[in-house]
Amino acid sequence: MIACEICVIGGGPAGLMAALHAASLGASVVIIDRNDYLGGQLIKQTHRFFGSKEQRASERGVNISRELSFAVEEEENIKVLTAATALGYYKDGVVTVEKDERFLKIKPQKIIVATGGAEKTLPFPNNDLPGVYGAGAVQTLVNVYGVKPGQRVLMVGAGNIGVIVSYQLLQAGVEVAGIVEAAPRIGAYWVHAAKVVRAGVPIYTRHTIKGAWGEKEVEGATTVELDDQWRPIPGTEKDFDVDVICLSVGLSPLTEILWQAGCAMKYVPELSGYVPLRNVDMETSVPGIYIAGDAGGIEEASAAMMEGALAGLSAARALGYSASDFNSRRANILRELENLRSGPVGEKIRKGLKKVTLIERQEFRVLPLSSNF
Amino acid sequence: MRVYEHPILDFTREKKIKFTYNGRELEGFEGETVAAALHANGIRTMRESIHLHRPRGLFCNIGNCSSCLMIVDGKPNVRVCVEKLREGMNVMTQKGKGELK
Ligand SMILES: Cc1cc2nc3c(=O)[nH]c(=O)nc-3n(C[C@H](O)[C@H](O)[C@H](O)COP(=O)(O)OP(=O)(O)OC[C@H]3O[C@@H](n4cnc5c(N)ncnc54)[C@H](O)[C@@H]3O)c2cc1C
Ligand code: FES
Repeated sequence: MIACEICVIGGGPAGLMAALHAASLGASVVIIDRNDYLGGQLIKQTHRFFGSKEQRASERGVNISRELSFAVEEEENIKVLTAATALGYYKDGVVTVEKDERFLKIKPQKIIVATGGAEKTLPFPNNDLPGVYGAGAVQTLVNVYGVKPGQRVLMVGAGNIGVIVSYQLLQAGVEVAGIVEAAPRIGAYWVHAAKVVRAGVPIYTRHTIKGAWGEKEVEGATTVELDDQWRPIPGTEKDFDVDVICLSVGLSPLTEILWQAGCAMKYVPELSGYVPLRNVDMETSVPGIYIAGDAGGIEEASAAMMEGALAGLSAARALGYSASDFNSRRANILRELENLRSGPVGEKIRKGLKKVTLIERQEFRVLPLSSNF
Repeated sequence: MRVYEHPILDFTREKKIKFTYNGRELEGFEGETVAAALHANGIRTMRESIHLHRPRGLFCNIGNCSSCLMIVDGKPNVRVCVEKLREGMNVMTQKGKGELK
């Protein structure tokens, strides 16, 4: 049994910031990640970041993740367990973990869940054939391992991820036959979409995939045009000679541990799935369990980092740690989050968060040190 | 199918190692996953589904979906998208449910 003050589950941008902030107040932290590296999704993001006027926009995700991982490794209050998967949460507050084929038990006083999201799939005939991948899967293969998924790709979904991954495939020397998007408009930021179109990749809006074909692997795909009621228009089918179909139709939050812990959950379409109720300091309905990042609702890395920072400060504070500038640090983070979510871009997230944030503005509440969860 | 030239990334490949796939000897690099090494060798099918015996490959590549289960050194249900390649590893297509011995 490993006893610790704070256990952070997930070492993506949210988890890394949570660990750094909690440790900066003096708390001892164990951070676990099932990958054998830290950084989460950021590790494969070679593009310059979009994101509002946030300080980190235009940096490459992979550099941000290197910097944060380095800081975490250097911090003596933080113990890092990689290649370690959190399997379950038990009533007595024990988190079970698999590492090197061994079963470990961790008993933390506070838990920060920063498990991120998982890619969604799409129903169509033969969607289970080898050669149909989530866009993030292809991104990992190409950008982390330098291996191609195939020769020629059909991308499904023209949101940020679909468009960015298409561009990264081109950079790696993989052909992209086209991008189909069911909506009448491209969801991605225009700068990215324009780059892909300039490189000669057609984007078909109001189009979807009708099916994949192939005996043992993907050998092609058929697309179809949609009318304004999103119904397929007969006779508009087009065949694509591709060996890879990449699905980029969104992520959903990874929340198994929160369900196991009995956190109150709610389905919120704006946040892309079931997410936990939380207060403004990121604590869920189960005292002592906090969330941060995509696990609490799919957003962006910049928001994930700020939520992580907030959850880290809150959890450490609840253990009795503080600093003379605690209040101003917390206020700065809240302000940054508000900025990130301001304007028309943030409208969807604001609407979603309103449905799950229990106490909108609340003075920080010091939890009893031995809160029993 | 490896990427050798890239405008931003530099792939420093570690030591070349040998492994077997369904009895066939293949090469990969230390530090990469089994799934990446198989893809580099043009192999994209990892298992056969339980009921309809359909081929299955990689889907999430982050250890989340169980689409990529294979038999590794005799052990079934190994998610090869997160399992690192080791020298002499014996990797086999998994058919149906893995039998635990
Ligand atoms: C292709 C793509 C492009 C993107 N581009 C941008 C961009 O330009 N700008 C931007 O702001 N955002 C971008 N994003 C979004 C951004 O990557 C995510 O919002 C951000 O990474 C979320 O951070 P996180 O820490 O919440 O989750 P993640 O980065 O997903 O990290 C979660 C971590 O938890 C680990 N984990 C999960 N379950 C367990 C478990 N049971 N046990 C142990 N560990 C576990 C995972 O291994 C992972 O490392 C992009 C995303 C993608 C996929
Ligand atoms: S591809 Fe999803 S678990 Fe390996």
